[in-house]
Amino acid sequence: MPVIDITQLSYCYRENNPPVLQDVSLQIYSGQFVGIAGANNSGKSTLCYAMSGVVPHLFHGKFSGNVKINGISTLEHTVSDISNQVGLVLQKPDNQISGMRFTVFEEVALGLENRGFERETIRKRVSEMLNLMELSSHAERSPFHLSGGQQQRLALASVLAVDPPVLILDEPTTFLDPSGAFHLFSILQKLQKEGKTIIITEQRTDLLAAFTERVIVLQEGRVRKDGSPQNVLTTPDIETAGIGRTRYTKTAELAKKNSLWQTDHALPATLNETIAGLRIRKNTDDYKN
Amino acid sequence: MTIRIKNISFSYPDGSRALHNLSLTIETGECVAITGHNGSGKTTLVKHLNGLLKPDNGDVLVNDSNTKACKTGQLARQVALLFQNPDDQICKQTVRDEIAFGPKNLGFEKDKINLLVEVSLALFDLVQYKNHNPHDLGYSERKRTAMASIVAMDSPVLIFDEPTAGLDHLEIELLLKVFEKLQRENKTIIVISHDVDFIAENMDRTITLANGEKIFDGPVRNLFQDDSLLARCGLLAPQMVQLSKSCKLPSAALSPQEFISLVQD
Repeated sequence: MPVIDITQLSYCYRENNPPVLQDVSLQIYSGQFVGIAGANNSGKSTLCYAMSGVVPHLFHGKFSGNVKINGISTLEHTVSDISNQVGLVLQKPDNQISGMRFTVFEEVALGLENRGFERETIRKRVSEMLNLMELSSHAERSPFHLSGGQQQRLALASVLAVDPPVLILDEPTTFLDPSGAFHLFSILQKLQKEGKTIIITEQRTDLLAAFTERVIVLQEGRVRKDGSPQNVLTTPDIETAGIGRTRYTKTAELAKKNSLWQTDHALPATLNETIAGLRIRKNTDDYKN
Repeated sequence: MTIRIKNISFSYPDGSRALHNLSLTIETGECVAITGHNGSGKTTLVKHLNGLLKPDNGDVLVNDSNTKACKTGQLARQVALLFQNPDDQICKQTVRDEIAFGPKNLGFEKDKINLLVEVSLALFDLVQYKNHNPHDLGYSERKRTAMASIVAMDSPVLIFDEPTAGLDHLEIELLLKVFEKLQRENKTIIVISHDVDFIAENMDRTITLANGEKIFDGPVRNLFQDDSLLARCGLLAPQMVQLSKSCKLPSAALSPQEFISLVQD
């Protein structure tokens, strides 16, 4: 049984507005690391909201179709029930930080307190999360005095603290520097190996190609492609859907035109796939002549 | 329009040191990236170029005028600055009025304002939104509105703080076309960015800051080939530099085209 099972989902925020999602059907299975790509306004955030119950419970638009989490329809759950199953990390961390707590430690503890965990359990769990997100040295600071990258990791720590089996992250790297973005994806990969299901929307295709196992392309609210990163991210028509192919793919295309590509290799999306397919000298000394 | 920064230092009122003894010169028509960790002083530095901040020590000369002796309004005519977050900038009720706000404040004639606004709307693909309230639009439309407002001021120097953050592929292509136009007009373009692949392909020179000090100033290729420097400023090598290194090329390529020409016989 899929963890998330969406059938014929259509949604618009206001009656008579154009639909933001149209006839979306897809299944996500336990332990998958799934990337969702698409232009701005293609429906990525709304899909994240639908998979976490925010749509239709907190936005009252026109909803049709069905979204099931572990077999139960989101319409039959409350958002707080769903949040035990699915943790959602928003694009802008300052929209997520509660503003009800004075320190980073207290912010991470909030979800556990609301669920009635014992004091010692909370203390231990919060410390683990701060450690994982490399925020331990900031535990006593105000959440609002952290940098954008630190706030993003705090939002993730707060969501992870309640240990939902599914994590959904909406463009979490927008405000991170490159090493921060890479670090975040590395943490997500580690969580996936521990059994979590990870769903992430992201503009940077090099990160999607390097870390995810499946990429879904949204265009004007519809699923246009769904497959392995290498298959999906190398097709030229994703560029018209607002998704930039990696420089590796572009290099291989040029290499192909110049007979520098091994014909039995598919177009690459990652560094390693590119190195494997190039027909060039791969030794510095070869270039000295 | 030369910008000369001579030994400037700046601390915020809470005492935190943001810039320390920093000097640099930017000439007319240059295309310069400013890179560095979050909190390294990048935004503080560019706020000195249009007089939003004045240095505690040292001087900033814009076209030989010291910013300490200039009003911010005078400097805005020379140096236009895009904030990272469009919501820090947008203040009008329609996209059109927002874009007209800058040129109006600079005292341009009505015909010139209309022309600048129409051109900027078209450049950033905003014509269909011109009568919308910017606050009703999505993030990328608000960001494009903010960028169009800067371009409409027709200043010789334009500064963009993280212009590609939150934009999709097609919107970045649009931004590149605007940059090409600005370069043809010999404008100076200064970009604060973490987007290493964008910088590698589109910028000539980069200035790198760490803890308020300049740690690098030179061709982008030299920065991206230097692993220890990249680590100091929280950057990773661009995709093409990583590929060049993995293939053990004697020098790093900055674009796919350059890579192919380097590996061809």
